[in-house]
Amino acid sequence: MNKTVNQKAWFLVLPVLILVAFSAVIPLMTVVNYSVQDTFGNNVFFWNGIYWFEEMLASERMWNALGRQVVFSSIILAIEVPLGVFVALNMPKKGFWASFCLVVMSLPLLIPWNVVGTIWQIFGRVDIGLLGHTLDAIGINYNYTQGFYAAWTTVIVMDVWHWTSLVALLAYAGLQSIPDAYYQAAKIDQASRWAVFRYIELPKMLGVLMIAILLRFMDSFMIYTEPFVVTGGGPGNATTFLSIDLVKMALGQFDLGPAAAFSIMYFLVILAISWVFYTVMTNLDKRDAK
Amino acid sequence: MAKITLDNLAHSYLPNPSGEDDYALKELNHDWQDGEAYALLGSSGCGKSTLLNIISGLLHPSQGRILFDGQDVTHQATAERNIAQVFQFPVVYDTMTVRENLAFPLKNRRMPADEIRRLVQKVGHMIGMEAQLDRKARGLTADAKQKISLGRGMVREDVNALLFDEPLTVIDPHMKWELRTQLKKLHHDFGHTMIYVTHDQTEALTFADKVVVMYDGRVVQIGTPQELFERPAHTFVGYFIGSPGMNVFDAEISGSEARIGEARIALPASYATAGGKTQLGVRPEFIRLAEGGDGIPAKILRIEDVGRHKIIRLDVAGREINATLPEGTPVPAGTDRITFDPEGINVYENDWRVAPKGQREAA
Repeated sequence: MNKTVNQKAWFLVLPVLILVAFSAVIPLMTVVNYSVQDTFGNNVFFWNGIYWFEEMLASERMWNALGRQVVFSSIILAIEVPLGVFVALNMPKKGFWASFCLVVMSLPLLIPWNVVGTIWQIFGRVDIGLLGHTLDAIGINYNYTQGFYAAWTTVIVMDVWHWTSLVALLAYAGLQSIPDAYYQAAKIDQASRWAVFRYIELPKMLGVLMIAILLRFMDSFMIYTEPFVVTGGGPGNATTFLSIDLVKMALGQFDLGPAAAFSIMYFLVILAISWVFYTVMTNLDKRDAK
Repeated sequence: MAKITLDNLAHSYLPNPSGEDDYALKELNHDWQDGEAYALLGSSGCGKSTLLNIISGLLHPSQGRILFDGQDVTHQATAERNIAQVFQFPVVYDTMTVRENLAFPLKNRRMPADEIRRLVQKVGHMIGMEAQLDRKARGLTADAKQKISLGRGMVREDVNALLFDEPLTVIDPHMKWELRTQLKKLHHDFGHTMIYVTHDQTEALTFADKVVVMYDGRVVQIGTPQELFERPAHTFVGYFIGSPGMNVFDAEISGSEARIGEARIALPASYATAGGKTQLGVRPEFIRLAEGGDGIPAKILRIEDVGRHKIIRLDVAGREINATLPEGTPVPAGTDRITFDPEGINVYENDWRVAPKGQREAA
């Protein structure tokens, strides 16, 4: 086939380039700009080199927030992925109940973040919340505004409630793509339920599961609204995750320089981890093909 | 290895079947003899796969029983029936190596490791994949995958029956021959009861001792390839088997004479018909071309030379009729009549074959 060379086609991409420039590149550059400058007020900025980056890397506060963030993301991934797969495996394959389950499962995904936060904030209150009051009544000491474990449990359960559906729906889509013949062949081969999962369902789900893990990792690593509404980062700094800490620094203390340096490193960490995920995902297929 | 008995078996995919039309598989009584190789032949949607899945237990029949050696297995799960089945499209376990794939059914039955190794090696040789035993099954070509599926079906030596559901569809023609030969050899060596579903008559006729022809959810004839060719029990069998299939002429039958339009044809025997729609079935091999004389008026439309013989397409009273001539025999130029070789005439009433008087044959 002969391809025509026509450089004018670049003009067709131009609108997208302009849009992306305004929506992403230019705002990002202002952050870069702040991260390498300092000011003594009056809108006079001067060059500060990489000082803010050095300060942030040496800051215990940032490392603590990062630590909490990593623990949080690991815990919710460890719960949501197996739970989502388990739910997907037990959902009906077709008929009315399949549609019913799908609708019910999607409901939490449709609720805005701050509403989810509000729901759990009220749900967990000891005075008027159904959950908090019930736990208190049966003698469990539960108060997310004061207890470290109560706060963490609430934030984690809330995230599991909000997002397990996503993993389940993606896993379900993966399961639906498995032809019946595979299950029939497994019956003929006298495979156990575990073997069917291990050798048929899991390999076929792997692609979508990796996407689910990637999405849940990125989302949880950037989580802000829900814990902010429920615990406000407390008690103390117990649930102050990276985003919450960043906002405190940038808007609460107006430390624009350090906050900008912090956001750039935050962004790079997410980018790096996502890149690793992506590489592992694409290589998985290639390696198996050999 | 077992004799498989179908007792009053029928199946409908509808929850409450009312008429006969609702049944994908109409009532059926049949014994599959222990150790025989059967081909289940029929066009798509005639109930072949349904029947196979009922035998293997993947499908629960709406009515009737299935017995293995006289023992009722109707309510047993597939795994308990100890049956091997190979499907139309390849099923391999992607993350396993070829060897692990082949060993999988044996492992699930908890066989000793050295026994597994021996059987896998043997079946690997049989499907011609010895060299690839240790590579991953993912990324293999479709026909290699299907060979693995076949191998998994053949690896267990103690199965009650081996069922094949059009297993060679995705395999290229050269390999088809070879695998079919391997299957026959396997049958010869172990004497498994084998049922081989196909819509390809060549495949059916070369594979099986007995061919079971199905049409519209019903078994219309069970017989050796020769019986199916010479005495098709139903016009569908005549049409489906043979290339081209049997010609069918509407005819009036009275005793040993048939009338097609104006032409009178003497039949080799006398037939008693009960007043239904009567037809003559004549295979293209038994149609003779003639010039003038008694035959049925016909006009040659075209001649196709397929190499080993010539197919002559004729127009007889508006219908297309086929005749074959051996390669090298010239087609008479002035052909305007056809006649029938008496030994190749079969008489049908309402699509079912009528046996000549004084001759009883199982349909």
